[in-house]
Amino acid sequence: MSTITMEVTRYRPGEDSEPTVQSYEVPLRKEWAVLDGLNHIKDHLDGTLSYRWSCRMGICGSCGMTVNGRPVLSCASFLVDYAPGPVRVEPLRNFPVIRDLVVDISDFMEKLPRVKPWLIADPPEEGEFLQTPEEMDEYKKYSMCINCMLCYSACPVYALEPEFLGPAAIALGQRYNLDSRDHGAEDRRDVLASAEGAWACTFVGECSTACPKGVDPAGAIQRYKLTAAVAAMKDFLMPRGARR
Amino acid sequence: MKRSPEPLVWLAFSGGGMAAALLVPVLLFLFGLAFPLGWIEPPSEEHLVALVRHPITKLVLFGLCALGLFHFAHRFRYTLYDGLKLKRFAVLIAAVCYGAAVVGSVASAIVLLSV
Amino acid sequence: MTAYRQHIPLFWWLRQWSYLVFVLRELSSVFVAWFVVYLLMLVSAIGDGTYADFQAWSGHGWVLVLNVVALAFLLLHAVTWFALAPRAMVVPHVPPWVVLVAHYLAWIVLSAGVAWVVLLR
Ligand code: SF4
Ligand code: FES
Repeated sequence: MSTITMEVTRYRPGEDSEPTVQSYEVPLRKEWAVLDGLNHIKDHLDGTLSYRWSCRMGICGSCGMTVNGRPVLSCASFLVDYAPGPVRVEPLRNFPVIRDLVVDISDFMEKLPRVKPWLIADPPEEGEFLQTPEEMDEYKKYSMCINCMLCYSACPVYALEPEFLGPAAIALGQRYNLDSRDHGAEDRRDVLASAEGAWACTFVGECSTACPKGVDPAGAIQRYKLTAAVAAMKDFLMPRGARR
Repeated sequence: MKRSPEPLVWLAFSGGGMAAALLVPVLLFLFGLAFPLGWIEPPSEEHLVALVRHPITKLVLFGLCALGLFHFAHRFRYTLYDGLKLKRFAVLIAAVCYGAAVVGSVASAIVLLSV
Repeated sequence: MTAYRQHIPLFWWLRQWSYLVFVLRELSSVFVAWFVVYLLMLVSAIGDGTYADFQAWSGHGWVLVLNVVALAFLLLHAVTWFALAPRAMVVPHVPPWVVLVAHYLAWIVLSAGVAWVVLLR
């Protein structure tokens, strides 16, 4: 049976001062994703390898890695597409590496609640909130985000400016802003329209290329800039205090 | 809410980007290549003089120059921040870029008014 | 905990083709500024009655080369700008491709209009 070489980044905190590369030969099977290759290594070749995964079907968002230089879900990228190899597997870029392929995303976990990603609305008088399919289409694609962090890994602005709120967080803010049931756009504005929010984005567009869920965070940010600019002009033209 | 000038400069940047995309390629092709290279017979000088003295031309050209310069200032500012990792000089870069756009806009107004 | 912080090279945009295209797109702004300078020189030459001198100057090798490069960058700017426009301007009930086509139509119409006004004699 044919095989393929996987060059995997190793980093053992406390022992290594820098990551190193270790090569493994794994079977090249048509149905094997990069994640299956890693599981093969872990089960049969080297039990010390650390990486994250759970669902194996592009839902949980935990298996993001840099494969041949691109941020991908390792459960959704197939080894045969990298044949004859070698396949270079690195941790996601732009995040601190905890061990091997495991990165620390606490920066995002801290930023996410700042955009208030929940419905801000009084509960309806009776029954539940009603929404038409057209109203749902307004925000549906932004609600597909699985917090996989591929967009942060692809974004050079986030790399250079760690304070940047980042693609997924802004897209998730927009997901609620564009929801017909929500009335929180004004509450989110201070964060989304700050210098570290949408205005920091220079529309490189790589977040949207990397996103495995078609969220189009770059589009969400660009669209929000227009909304925020129009809102700022309204504030400017309207007397103070008239707003809200 | 703390007021940030960002929306204002972004609107100028966007307006300039749109104006530049729509109008500059044809103007640059005509006056930068086609006329100097003789691909197209240049218009007579009288016609050009009449054209640039027309108030609508002046207005359009002034808008194109001023917005185009703000477009440049804004984009170039971020190119320096990110492309050369110069974010630590952010204040200086912003002052120089937008300052140049303001000076350039005033200069365009002077040139256009004096023809 | 001793997490490893990954380093970003100064010329990070040479790492990947799409990053390089991004930086080139941003650099098109320099040529927009150059065009403004060129336009103002043209206008003042027309005003001073020295248009013939300007035309001779604009036929010099380096000026021509600069303008060819500038035109290439402006076309890059225009194409990328129009491609981004539908993603910022979301018009209710209008599909994004219509917004894109509308921009190209506006480009064609305005370019033809400018050429007509300039060349009209
Ligand atoms: S926006 Fe896309 S790439 Fe970013 S975290 Fe969400 S699913 Fe992942
Ligand atoms: S393992 Fe869940 S997304 Fe890949």
